[in-house]
Amino acid sequence: MTTLRIKNVKKRYPNGAEAVKGVTVDVQDGELVVFVGPSGCGKSTLLRMVAGLEGITEGEIELAGRVVNDLEPAERNIAMVFQNYALYPHMTVRKNLAYGLKNRGTPKAEIDKKVQDAGELLQIAEFLDRKPSQLSGGQRQRVAMGRAIVRDPAIFLFDEPLSNLDAKLRNQMRLEIKNLQRRLKTAAIYVTHDQVEAMTLADRIVVLNHGQIEQIGTPSEVYSRPESIFVASFIGAPPMNLIPADVTEAGITVGDVTMPINTAHRGAVTLGLRPERVQIGDSGAPMRVTIVEELGATRLVHGILGGQDVTLAQDADGPPPSDLVHVAFKPEDAHFFDAKTGRRL
Amino acid sequence: MKKSRAIYDHVVLLFGVFVMMGPLAVAFMTSTFDYVTIHKEGMQFGFGGHFLETYSTVLNKQSGFTGEVTGWLMTKNSIVLGVGFALGKIVVSMLAAYAIVYFRFRAATFCFWIIFLTLLLPLEVRILPSYEVVQQMGLLNSYTGLILPLIASATGTFFFRQFFKSIPNELLEAARIDGAGPVRFFFDILIPLSKTMIAAIFIIMFVVGWNQYLWPTLMTTDESYFTLVRGIKQIMQNMIGADIPKYNEALAMAILAMVPPALVIIIFQRMFIKGLVEQEK
Repeated sequence: MTTLRIKNVKKRYPNGAEAVKGVTVDVQDGELVVFVGPSGCGKSTLLRMVAGLEGITEGEIELAGRVVNDLEPAERNIAMVFQNYALYPHMTVRKNLAYGLKNRGTPKAEIDKKVQDAGELLQIAEFLDRKPSQLSGGQRQRVAMGRAIVRDPAIFLFDEPLSNLDAKLRNQMRLEIKNLQRRLKTAAIYVTHDQVEAMTLADRIVVLNHGQIEQIGTPSEVYSRPESIFVASFIGAPPMNLIPADVTEAGITVGDVTMPINTAHRGAVTLGLRPERVQIGDSGAPMRVTIVEELGATRLVHGILGGQDVTLAQDADGPPPSDLVHVAFKPEDAHFFDAKTGRRL
Repeated sequence: MKKSRAIYDHVVLLFGVFVMMGPLAVAFMTSTFDYVTIHKEGMQFGFGGHFLETYSTVLNKQSGFTGEVTGWLMTKNSIVLGVGFALGKIVVSMLAAYAIVYFRFRAATFCFWIIFLTLLLPLEVRILPSYEVVQQMGLLNSYTGLILPLIASATGTFFFRQFFKSIPNELLEAARIDGAGPVRFFFDILIPLSKTMIAAIFIIMFVVGWNQYLWPTLMTTDESYFTLVRGIKQIMQNMIGADIPKYNEALAMAILAMVPPALVIIIFQRMFIKGLVEQEK
């Protein structure tokens, strides 16, 4: 079943700027969909349109079987977690959680039970009578999620909820969000600019750029078969090497280096190579090593191949590479993009 | 270096205290002498021993044309004026700022600047039309007439506007998702958040209201609406002919007129400073 349908939705501001240029996405029951893209790509606008905080210029949003275009946020059966938590600073945690239910006219006994349950689920039961200012960042984050959970919504909307936390806590909360969403089996949209968050959390990723969808797919699809240069460079860390190249009968030519390759493509292309899918060996194209970065488990080798900057990732176990190495890659690891349109060939 | 700096700072501060408090202390000390001594010898230093006598006379003596006006009555009038003035200003300016900041109507900015422009038109400039309006409404000699024309406040609106603008927008959005309409948002979120701000503005406005002189003088001819600030003048005026003016009572009245605003500031001082320098967010 489909929880949410976004049908050809557009957002145009009065000054003519188009933030979202016709987006169509479905979110299935219990699915966690991540909207990812650089800042200004329209991902937050899209989320806020689902929440009802932004008007919809064109198109239709359908939530749990009814069109919600003209409904107030409170009537849409959604719950949102904000980047800065947006907890009411003058209310205790308990009141923060209960406020929405109170406004809906839920009976008091039911509110108490829901708040208590959410508190226990999120391990904030002991803080229920504190104010948000007395809580740590992670605890505030949990309260913000608790406020979403007690509403028992059709869909959770997360607007970069982890970007105010430090790196360590972020990893921990990421797992908790994933766990929680699995347990509640509620659909969710999660907006982030962090591709690691997107890869780890998502059932499906929607990559947005300039208000348009570049690609929709599972994390592994997006990683292993990027549909455009933009997706290829955005997903994966370190990013994919994108090298202007020329494909002829003899093979693929990068600068003054030609490597034999078995492919049907011909002419000017952009060659995409994941750093972790290129091997350093005895034979292959010569690469002059410029900088080596040790990251502990892996090692990044930066160098110049046929006049182009290239980055490779290899296990840190082996000896450090010499100044001149030979690199090779498997034909199936080479991605070809149209040099002009940027689309996958 | 550091020590000499501290000494210098203290000298400057103490000098300020002396300049501000010196006249007050002299007025207080003089008020404890009897009026004959004051008339003969001028301002006094030290205690004259008539403290209780003078102050209880000022508070309880029935004076004025009708002989019904006591110090207590004037104190009550002053408190009504000060509190009504401050609360009225807070209510009106908060509502105005709420409309300007949170409701996107076309003329919001324009309206704000029009309100702001009224700063250029203080009461003294528009006193004749104001009097005319109040007179026609039949509000002369009433608390309503005393307070109502004074409660529109550009300063208050400006302060609240700046404060509301500093409240993160996500809070409004969270409240909208939680089903809070404009009224609920105002009462459940905005007012509690503005607590310290309200306290700060209350203090400032209470003192301003308390010190009103020109408007009450014009508005109230009935002695039972006289405020303390007017009473000071009244005492000096009552002494006609060969009588020596009751300097001691006038000074005592002046000191008494200063006590309530001073108390308000001392009591609310912490909230006042909090309201001006920090926000609970």
